[in-house]
Amino acid sequence: MTVETAAAKEETRPEPNIGRSWHVVLPPLCYLAVGVAMVAYTRAVPLDSIESGSLDLPFVLRRTWEHIRLVFFSTVLVLAVALPLGVLLTRRALRRATPLVLSLVNLGQAIPSVGMVVLLAVLFQIGFWTAVAALFAYSLLPTLRNTMVGIEQVDPRLVDAGRGIGMSAAGVLFKVELPMAAPVILSGVRTTLVLNVGTAGIAAFIGAGGLGDLITAGVSTQRNLVLVTGCVLIAVLALLLDWLGGLAQRLLSPKGLS
Amino acid sequence: MPDRPTGGVPIELRKVTKAFPGGGEPAVQELDLDIPAGEIVVLLGPSGCGKTTTMRMINRLIEPTSGDILIGGQNSRDIDPDRLRRHIGYVIQQAGLFPHMTVAANIAQVPKLLGWDRRRIAERVDELLTLVGLEPETYRDTYPRRLSGGQQQRVGVARALAADPPVLLMDEPFGALDPISRERIQDELLRLQDELAKTIVFVTHDVDEALKIGDHIAIMQRPGHVVQYARPAEILTNPASEYVEQFLGGGSSMRLLRLTKVGDIELDEVPYATEDTDTGDLLADIERDGRGYALVLDGMRRPLSWVGPGDLQGRTGPVGVAGDPVTASIGHRMTLQDALETLLNADTDVVPVLGRRQAYTGALSLGTVQSAIAAIKARERERRLRRGEAVR
Repeated sequence: MTVETAAAKEETRPEPNIGRSWHVVLPPLCYLAVGVAMVAYTRAVPLDSIESGSLDLPFVLRRTWEHIRLVFFSTVLVLAVALPLGVLLTRRALRRATPLVLSLVNLGQAIPSVGMVVLLAVLFQIGFWTAVAALFAYSLLPTLRNTMVGIEQVDPRLVDAGRGIGMSAAGVLFKVELPMAAPVILSGVRTTLVLNVGTAGIAAFIGAGGLGDLITAGVSTQRNLVLVTGCVLIAVLALLLDWLGGLAQRLLSPKGLS
Repeated sequence: MPDRPTGGVPIELRKVTKAFPGGGEPAVQELDLDIPAGEIVVLLGPSGCGKTTTMRMINRLIEPTSGDILIGGQNSRDIDPDRLRRHIGYVIQQAGLFPHMTVAANIAQVPKLLGWDRRRIAERVDELLTLVGLEPETYRDTYPRRLSGGQQQRVGVARALAADPPVLLMDEPFGALDPISRERIQDELLRLQDELAKTIVFVTHDVDEALKIGDHIAIMQRPGHVVQYARPAEILTNPASEYVEQFLGGGSSMRLLRLTKVGDIELDEVPYATEDTDTGDLLADIERDGRGYALVLDGMRRPLSWVGPGDLQGRTGPVGVAGDPVTASIGHRMTLQDALETLLNADTDVVPVLGRRQAYTGALSLGTVQSAIAAIKARERERRLRRGEAVR
């Protein structure tokens, strides 16, 4: 291909249309296929009574659903707290509080996740919402930090231009700062999401269910097939949600930036 | 949409002071400045002299510590800052366009804030793009990233003009452009200003830009006061202090050349005739003039050729086609500097000056340019004397 035709092609496709290509849906189909193959394998091989109890299809589906619920609620909680907090910490009046808040949030991630879950269970009670709280504390940092970094790296001249043409402070935040920061913020959310899928496996320790149940059951009964099934399903879930996050990142990021 | 654009309003700064908290010396000190309606006033000075601070106080991006700023007679303190800024155009370096919005969306921001309906906004966007020389069809839906620096700056100007504000603030708007696009967009700004007559406050540290653009120039010195506020020609011929002289950096006569248009100086006269003039009459004219040549014009007074007595000797009747064709000419809108360049490259010592429709209006030689500069200097000196200032 000559240089001219390459340039012409560039001209005719100014903004890449990402929804059009079938390449986009290929990865998730592969991930799903791996998950289905794993489950199908457990149905095909002979199982002893312990294994068949843990790998019973309705049981596995219920655990998967619990896992998704854990991830969903903890991520929503992170969004509800990290986005407003991140925005507030970048406002001039509150910028001083930034180191304090960040070190607190850092602490949440520095504590080993198992320790965090057990600690919260001892302090409060075992169960679903305690697990959600632990996941929240553990995965708050990426979203919070990226929200702050994303907003701080917006060219101050753009903020100045916005105020200069008569936008209110809120107008500049919603029309300039947040859209410009969107790619960075969304990548933080994506990290939170994936972190939550993995860490949610620990919820099983405090009776909150999830696919972690398969792992703990596999370990305690020394049934490797159960253990591996749990791990593979968690990994597939993480990859799927990461793909969804990537899709959201591309769709929600404003055009014209890159 | 207003049929005729809103003209400028005067801006008055009254003892305006800005002291930043913990900043020691105030950035701007008791500044008084009268900015006439419809003029371009340039705030010129080195960085840190308070010129940008002064400009940003006009639209209250920075609040003055004390003093008043009157815009069209109204005290800016009495107007809500956001509303105030919607009626003051604002252009900054590298345009400050929002990269995530299309060109049209960028321009539409202020009209949207003012609550215009969608159709009126769309019409206004196209009108403005045409005004700044960008084809609406091509540029409306592109993103700023795809435009060149000069084009971005044009969109920046269009955005500032969107709601037809009487006042424009421009903070080193062309600072990041290459010299060629910079010249071009400066010319375009002047052309626009001819049409729109806004009050423009223009901040720059570039002396040549200030001299070219400004109707008045306020030269500022650290910390935040104006050392001279005058028209460009006066600043060049009579710098108020050694500081101003130093800041201008010499070459003031050359700069006067760049500042003055050929049409504004007294031109030389050479004998001339049309093709159907009698040869005898023309010879008599050349004799009387004493320089030994004349210009032959066509029916539309456009120069055709130079003739000397030798070309005409022994001929009778109309002059007709004779002599050496005219190869160089000077337009009356050229600056003296460009005219000088043409003169130096011309085959003849005298070059005809063309007015409207290429018609002959006079002639220019090195001597004419020299006496024109002398005349400007004399005129400025006289003006100073009339005002009773001491001549140094």
